[in-house]
Amino acid sequence: MSGIWAGMVEAFLLVWSLDADLIDITLRSLKVSLSALVIACAVALPLGTWLAIRRFRHRRFVIATLNALMGLPPVVVGLIVYLLLSRAGPFGVLDLLFTPTAMIIAQVIIITPLIASITHQAMRELWSEYHDLLISLNTTHGQRITTLIWDGRRTLMTAALAGFGRAIGEVGAIMIVGGNIDHVTRVLTTAIALETGKGDFALALGLGVVLIALSLCVNLTIHSLSRTEREGRW
Amino acid sequence: MRRDPFVQLQDVVVKRRAKAVLGPMNLELSGGGFTIVLGPNGAGKTTLLKVLHGVERVTSGSVTWSVSDKTAQQGQAYVFQSPVMLRRSVRANLAYPLQLLGVSKAEIAERVAHWGARIGLSAVLDFPAPHLSGGEQQKLALARALIRRPDTLFLDEPCANLDGRSTREIEDILCEATQAGARIIMTTHDLGQARRLADRVLFLNKGQVEEQAHADTFFIAPKSSGATAFLNGDIIE
Repeated sequence: MSGIWAGMVEAFLLVWSLDADLIDITLRSLKVSLSALVIACAVALPLGTWLAIRRFRHRRFVIATLNALMGLPPVVVGLIVYLLLSRAGPFGVLDLLFTPTAMIIAQVIIITPLIASITHQAMRELWSEYHDLLISLNTTHGQRITTLIWDGRRTLMTAALAGFGRAIGEVGAIMIVGGNIDHVTRVLTTAIALETGKGDFALALGLGVVLIALSLCVNLTIHSLSRTEREGRW
Repeated sequence: MRRDPFVQLQDVVVKRRAKAVLGPMNLELSGGGFTIVLGPNGAGKTTLLKVLHGVERVTSGSVTWSVSDKTAQQGQAYVFQSPVMLRRSVRANLAYPLQLLGVSKAEIAERVAHWGARIGLSAVLDFPAPHLSGGEQQKLALARALIRRPDTLFLDEPCANLDGRSTREIEDILCEATQAGARIIMTTHDLGQARRLADRVLFLNKGQVEEQAHADTFFIAPKSSGATAFLNGDIIE
């Protein structure tokens, strides 16, 4: 209990003193995870919705594969991205390894199937509700996808937040492709892993508390900003 | 002038799970005003409406409109028995079909204001449409269909489960639409409503057209035994 208490105190002191390293790490965590979230949403929301409205051969196989990809082991993703971005790899010339961009790429690969799969589930229900109307109005596939995403935006917020939660808490892949370089690619999770390894549990726990608080703040902010229903008016 | 017939069905068959739910059917529809589709449950009324509107694929046969398929589709609107409300405000529901057609914002605002007032929902334009009562939702669905100014309006039991006042309001709006030149093809179980509105009647039974006649002729002297039994209130098996 004393260790946890010491961690709480450490976290409070870090935040209270506006520790420069903490702010640097926190902002990098936010930047990497939010960038990955935006890119993943841009791909996954239309993809999940498209899968909900389109009937094609092997559709079930595609959906089953997507669902299976939700459980992608981050370490394996990190390894594959590492191999692709390393000097000997096909994208080595881009010189992206051990940069925040590499970390974003790894996180996008990890969270896109998760967001797409949740989107597909949510949009399937909405599509069964809207099907007759949208067909009757002779809408194009693009218009159907846009309409479903817009009208299901609050449900899709859950998908996006699930993706953000997985991204901000991810450590395996970004440790491999980012390298945990101080002031370059160090983020909250890799810093926690480092401090734990060094035996500085109080600091590690302090960073953990900051990570949880950050995740909660982002969730609450997104919910607050996206609230479209106020006092029964839309 | 409208060309007659405006639509022809040739050897149309619709099958579900290898069982024919409509047809084989040859049918021509012509003239404006109200064409009321009558028949017992399971006769194929809704399927016929969906086939005409193009949202139900025929298993065999053809549906030919007097205009191109694209023009016909653009000039049609459909109101379902259970109104489908977009999860948006009343205003956004009314505006939606116009946005799809690329109508200017100013005209959308004007038409939305007009139809909002016409169906008595001006005060709740910014309220969520799914929160409206059943009667209000049906009026909104009708207004959302008519706001496109369709040539042909399909209605599938639009007044089922509505009270007398809502039914009256919807019938008034429908009569205005026909006076403005729209043709209405509508199914109903309400014989009183059919008598009030019909110009022509199409009587279906077991997926077949048993009788097609002017309303006066049909209600006074139906020719088919099925129609006679239906008008007498007998159970048709």
